[in-house]
Amino acid sequence: MKALFDFMDKNIAPLFEKGGKFERLYPLWEAGDTFHRTPGDVTKSAPHVRDSIDQKRLMIFVIYALIPCILFGIWNAGNQFNLANGIEPTLSADFARGAIMVLPIIFVSYLVGGLWEVLFAIVRRHEINEGFLVTGMLFPLVLPPTLPLWQVAVGISFGIVIGKEIFGGVGYNILNPALTARAFLFFAYPAQISGDKVWVGALNDSPAFINNLLGVGDKVVDGVTQATPLAVAAAAETGKSAIEALNQAGFTLWNITAGTIPGCIGSTSAIAIVLGALFLIATGIASWRIMLSGILGCAAMGLLFNILPLDNSFAALPYYYHIVLGGFLFGIVFMATDPVSASATNTGKFIYGFLIGALTVLIRVVNPAYPEGAMLAILFMNVMAPLIDHFVVQAHIKKRTAYARALNNA
Amino acid sequence: MASKAKKLLMDPFSDNNPITVQVLGICSALAVTVKVDTAIVMTLALTSVVSLSNVVISLLRNVIPNGIRMIVEMAVIASLVIIADQLLRAFLFDISKQLSVFVGLIITNCIVMGRAEAFALQNPPKDSFLDGLGNGLGYGIILIAVASIREFLGFGTWYGFKILPENYMGNGLALLAPGAFIILGLLIWLQRTISKYVEE
Repeated sequence: MKALFDFMDKNIAPLFEKGGKFERLYPLWEAGDTFHRTPGDVTKSAPHVRDSIDQKRLMIFVIYALIPCILFGIWNAGNQFNLANGIEPTLSADFARGAIMVLPIIFVSYLVGGLWEVLFAIVRRHEINEGFLVTGMLFPLVLPPTLPLWQVAVGISFGIVIGKEIFGGVGYNILNPALTARAFLFFAYPAQISGDKVWVGALNDSPAFINNLLGVGDKVVDGVTQATPLAVAAAAETGKSAIEALNQAGFTLWNITAGTIPGCIGSTSAIAIVLGALFLIATGIASWRIMLSGILGCAAMGLLFNILPLDNSFAALPYYYHIVLGGFLFGIVFMATDPVSASATNTGKFIYGFLIGALTVLIRVVNPAYPEGAMLAILFMNVMAPLIDHFVVQAHIKKRTAYARALNNA
Repeated sequence: MASKAKKLLMDPFSDNNPITVQVLGICSALAVTVKVDTAIVMTLALTSVVSLSNVVISLLRNVIPNGIRMIVEMAVIASLVIIADQLLRAFLFDISKQLSVFVGLIITNCIVMGRAEAFALQNPPKDSFLDGLGNGLGYGIILIAVASIREFLGFGTWYGFKILPENYMGNGLALLAPGAFIILGLLIWLQRTISKYVEE
C-alpha cells in the first residue's frame, strides 16, 4: 500500500498540482485522493487537537443514517406497485420491482448532480464538496417512485446550480439544495409529483422487457390511482371525521407509522426515519434541538387546530397524526437539520425547528392546494434562519452588556 | 455630438441598463413577461412614455419651480400614460386586457420618474429624448428576453409560434412570478459577468 501511495504522490499528484499538466482538474484529483486517504494537511495554528471526523466522514454518516429509509423505500415502492397491480407481493418480488423503480432515480440524481458539481469545481477552482453526497441521496428519497427520469435530472440540476452553486457553493447556500430541487419540480411539473396518480406505478407504464424479466409480462393493468393519507385526510368532507376517512381508505395509525403506504420513496416510514434520527443524534451530527422543537411545534399547532372551533375536518385530526403523516418527519430529521441552511445558534435552533413544525401543520390544514406543507415550511424557515440568529445574538449581547454594567456599578 | 448621442442611446443597453444594472422596473418585468407579445407592447408603451415625458419635462425644465417639480413630473407622466393606455384599448384591446393594470402602473415605474429627475431636468430636449428612448429600449430588451425564455420554457412557443413539438411538457414554474425572478437573476448574472460590473 505504502509503495502505491508513494508512487501516486511522486508521479501522479504533481500533474494536478500548481504548474502540472492537469492543473485545472485539481478538484477531481483532490476529491478522489481524500476520498480514499485521510488528507495529509495539518493545522498550522492552534488549536491542534481535533476530532477525527472531517466533512467526508460527516456526510458519509448521514448516508448511513439514511440506509433504513433507502432500504425500506425500495421495498415499499415495490410492495405498493405489486399490491396495486395484483402481483403476489413476495419479499423478493417487492425488492426487485422497487429496485427497478428507485435505483435509476438515485443514479440519475448522482450522475447529473455530480456533473454540475464537478463543472463548477473546475471552473470556480474550489474543491468538490462532499455535501453533494447527501444532497444527491436526499433528493430521490423525497420524490414519488414514478417520477420521469428527465425530471429528476432537471430537478437536481436546478437544486445544485440555483440552490447552491450560484451562492458560492456548499456553506454559502441559503436554501437546502435537495428541497430547492423538489420545490422546483413541484411548481414546474405538478402533475408528476402530486395528485393521486404518481405514488404507485402501473404495470403498463413500465417497459415490457422489465415486466418479462420479473415474470409478470402476461398481466395487463393500467391507470392505478392511489391517494396518499395526507390527500385523503385533506379531502375529508366537512362534518366527517378525518380519521374515519383515513380508515375507510385503508390507512391506520399503525401503517402510516410503519410506512406501508403510498408516498415519496424514503419518507413514508416513521420507524425507519426514527432509526436514522437516533443514529444522527447519537453521533452528534444532526441537531436534536431542531428535531425535538420541530416535533413539539407540529404537535402544538395540531393541538391548537383541534381546540379551535373550525369547520374543517382536517383541523380536527389528532396532532400525533400530523407528526407521522407525509414528509414532515423526514424533513425535520434530514432536511431541516442541514447545518448550512439551519439556524446556527442553539436558541435559534429551537425557534427555527418549532416554527417549521407549526408552519407545516398550518400549511397542511389551511391551504388545501399544498397538502404537503413540510417542504414549504422548511424552505421558508431556511430563509428566516439568519434573521433568527441575528436576533438571538443581539439578545445575548444585550444581556451581557447589562450584566457588565451591573458589575461596574456594583 | 454624434458620439454623445450614441452614448446616450446605447449606454442603457449594457453598461447602464435600467433593469440588470440599476435593478429598476422589476415589478412590470415580472408581471407582463409571460408571453412575448405582451412584453413587446409594454416595451413600446413604456418607451414612448419615457421618451416623450423626458422631452416635455426638458422643455419645461427652466420654468418648473424646484419645490413642486415632482408633482409637475407626475402630471406630465400620468397624462402620457393615460394617452398610451387609451390608445392600447382602442387598437390592441386583447393585449391591453392582458396587460391589465400594468400600463397604468407605468406612472409609478421608477425608470420613467428616474430619467425625468436624473436627466431631463438638466438637459436639452434632444438629448433627453435620446436618453428616454435608450432607457425605454434598454428596459424593453430585458423584458423581451425574459418573456422569450418564459414563453419558451412554459409553452414551448415564441410569439405564439410553436417551436417545440406538441408533446413538450410546459414548465409551470417559468409562468409563475418566482420563475421570472430566477430568470431575471440569471440574466443579471450573465450581464454582469460579461460587463465585469461589480456592485459597490
